[in-house]
Amino acid sequence: MERRDSAMSEKPIHFHPDGQEALVELLFQLADDDFLLAYRGSEWLGLAPHIEEDIAFSSISQDTMGHAAMYYQLLEDLGCGSADELAHARPASARRNAVLLERANGPGHYLREPRYDWAFTVVRHYFYTQAKRVRLESLTKSSYAPLAEVAAKIQVELHYHLLHWHTWFVQLTNAPLEARTRMTKAIQDVAADFAGVLTLGAKGTDMVQWGLIDEEKVLTETTIAALAPAFTEVGLEWPMPFGMKHGNGRNGEHTPDLDEALATLSEVYRAVPHAIW
Amino acid sequence: MTNEEVWKALETVKDPEIHSISIVDLGMVEQVDIRDEAVSVCLLPTFLGCPALDIIRTRVEKAVKQAGALAVTVEFLRHPPWTSDRISEAGRERLKQFGIAPPPRQMPSGAWQVECPYCGAVRTVMENLFGPTACRSIFYCKQCKNPFEAMKPVLISR
Repeated sequence: MERRDSAMSEKPIHFHPDGQEALVELLFQLADDDFLLAYRGSEWLGLAPHIEEDIAFSSISQDTMGHAAMYYQLLEDLGCGSADELAHARPASARRNAVLLERANGPGHYLREPRYDWAFTVVRHYFYTQAKRVRLESLTKSSYAPLAEVAAKIQVELHYHLLHWHTWFVQLTNAPLEARTRMTKAIQDVAADFAGVLTLGAKGTDMVQWGLIDEEKVLTETTIAALAPAFTEVGLEWPMPFGMKHGNGRNGEHTPDLDEALATLSEVYRAVPHAIW
Repeated sequence: MTNEEVWKALETVKDPEIHSISIVDLGMVEQVDIRDEAVSVCLLPTFLGCPALDIIRTRVEKAVKQAGALAVTVEFLRHPPWTSDRISEAGRERLKQFGIAPPPRQMPSGAWQVECPYCGAVRTVMENLFGPTACRSIFYCKQCKNPFEAMKPVLISR
């Protein structure tokens, strides 16, 4: 009989106890960010500007939901509860996602006259994907090996998301008349809350101290440097400074949009909590 | 059970959506361990959001049990990341038979050139970067006028 020792059999599921709190906080931010934006993305199903976009956006949202699932799994491995429960059952006050990512796609309702804002969606996804790429780059060097491995895996998938949103961003902003006006407005709108994506929240210093991720300042500068060439490409002024107009989600501050999103996305889970997914 | 028998069983587990290609051809099998009659199989997910992973897990368990294992465990690893370079030469041929262009091996700077799986022409254009599944894109062949799909190149260093 052949036998090989498995190199993977011992999963490190503990971090230094003193650093664990910062690690858990970071994982919640990463998981909740991807989860909420993937949900907002999935709300475009059947409503995207054309059939090709419907397909592309569904793929991207599915990938992103998969990324969130991996982060929730890391939290489960650390003893924070089951991944499904973490995704579906936590109240808004426990969520750590940036407020920008929970905001509704626009006025109206998915089933009743959805008047969703495509310009806002494109800008939000483009900005977020750039920030996510920068964070992942840093996370591949994280002191918590399981996180570094997940980040490397997500990184290879993200390339296509970025390409996609960059294309939309440039083409719509360079289009004349209404498109450009709406994109310019959407950029201001997204910028007003984008600082909430870039912040690591109250435990940011601890995260850095434990070698989990780079400093917020470094991440922010790198993200700005990554976004800047697109502004040159479309000939627009840089929309500085970024703000947190609707609150700091990292501290548990959220808008009614999040309550509505959670009520909808967790409806089935709450009805049959023991269902197998 | 021998290692060889397990791998042979894994060859019978096909991609749920591309029946010509097995998970071995796709390079998803990272490791096989046999202890007494219990087999553990470590797989690499192609894309994290891929909804086929649970189906693949069930089919692996079934196939390896049928081949004689008393117990089978399937684990999806986070590391190393799966890349399209892991698809075997036979796998690339089988993709073409199914009408899907294999992924380009090296990412040239900028666009990638894809050969039509039907006529071999390089006069092809990308219609949509995203296709019916996360791992595929939609192309059109300007020579034989067929639409076709291509596996996306998924590589580590960019």
